[in-house]
Amino acid sequence: MKLELKVTPDKYLPHRYAGASGDFNPIHIDPEFAQSVGLPQNILHGLWSMAQVARACTSAAGGDPRSLRRLSVQFRGMGLPEQEIEVTGEVVEERDGVVVVKAEARQGDNRIIRNAQAEIATPS
Amino acid sequence: MPVNTAVIGKRYPPFEYEVGKEKVAEYARAVGEDNPVYFDREAARAAGFRDVPAPPMFAVVYSWGSLGAAALDPEVGMNFAMLVHGGQEFEWGEPVCSGDLISTEASVKDVSEKGGMGFYVFETVSLNQEGAEVARGTWTNIVRGVS
Repeated sequence: MKLELKVTPDKYLPHRYAGASGDFNPIHIDPEFAQSVGLPQNILHGLWSMAQVARACTSAAGGDPRSLRRLSVQFRGMGLPEQEIEVTGEVVEERDGVVVVKAEARQGDNRIIRNAQAEIATPS
Repeated sequence: MPVNTAVIGKRYPPFEYEVGKEKVAEYARAVGEDNPVYFDREAARAAGFRDVPAPPMFAVVYSWGSLGAAALDPEVGMNFAMLVHGGQEFEWGEPVCSGDLISTEASVKDVSEKGGMGFYVFETVSLNQEGAEVARGTWTNIVRGVS
């Protein structure tokens, strides 16, 4: 099993995710506000980026949401709209129908999620 | 202002969230899911679910109300202007489906200080209407300039 997912969030993705998740922190949806607190522009929700890692995990296991047992991530560099994100990951351990995967998410050289670790139940 | 370690272990009242089919679909679309089980009841039932299941990370939606009480607690005293979401973990149990009533309880798991940064760790435990655990979240927030 290998994780491989590429996705480019469009300009208004953070607004749709704000509505879907309920997180309307202006740093994600208001470029002017974001710049006023020292950010380059409005930034992606970290939990949306984490959801991309989760989606890469369930896809790799055949699409079943029940396959993802655990996921932990560290948020580091900030993610920006309109730039491709690449999620990659590899199995580091295998036991009793569960694989442990180490993963990260990058935008170019900027690793926005690092040290992600997932436990995925493998289809029997 | 130094961190207040006296709040470690503090618990907050449970927050109830009723999962709706269209909310699951809205969330699934926003995170780029296209698996029909998230949108189509028949596809969900054919896959063995009671109703459309929520994607795993929908845990943030039903946990949010409970986490908010802890994160905004003046006794915890997080300075939001200096706050960064440092890390997140979820451990999933029973799947969550449309029609479920999820009850989430938050607590302060740890508060510490290192190199002028405050580390605030919250835990949320979410149960469904049958009392089965559906998700356990660990939310790590980092606040710069605490000392």
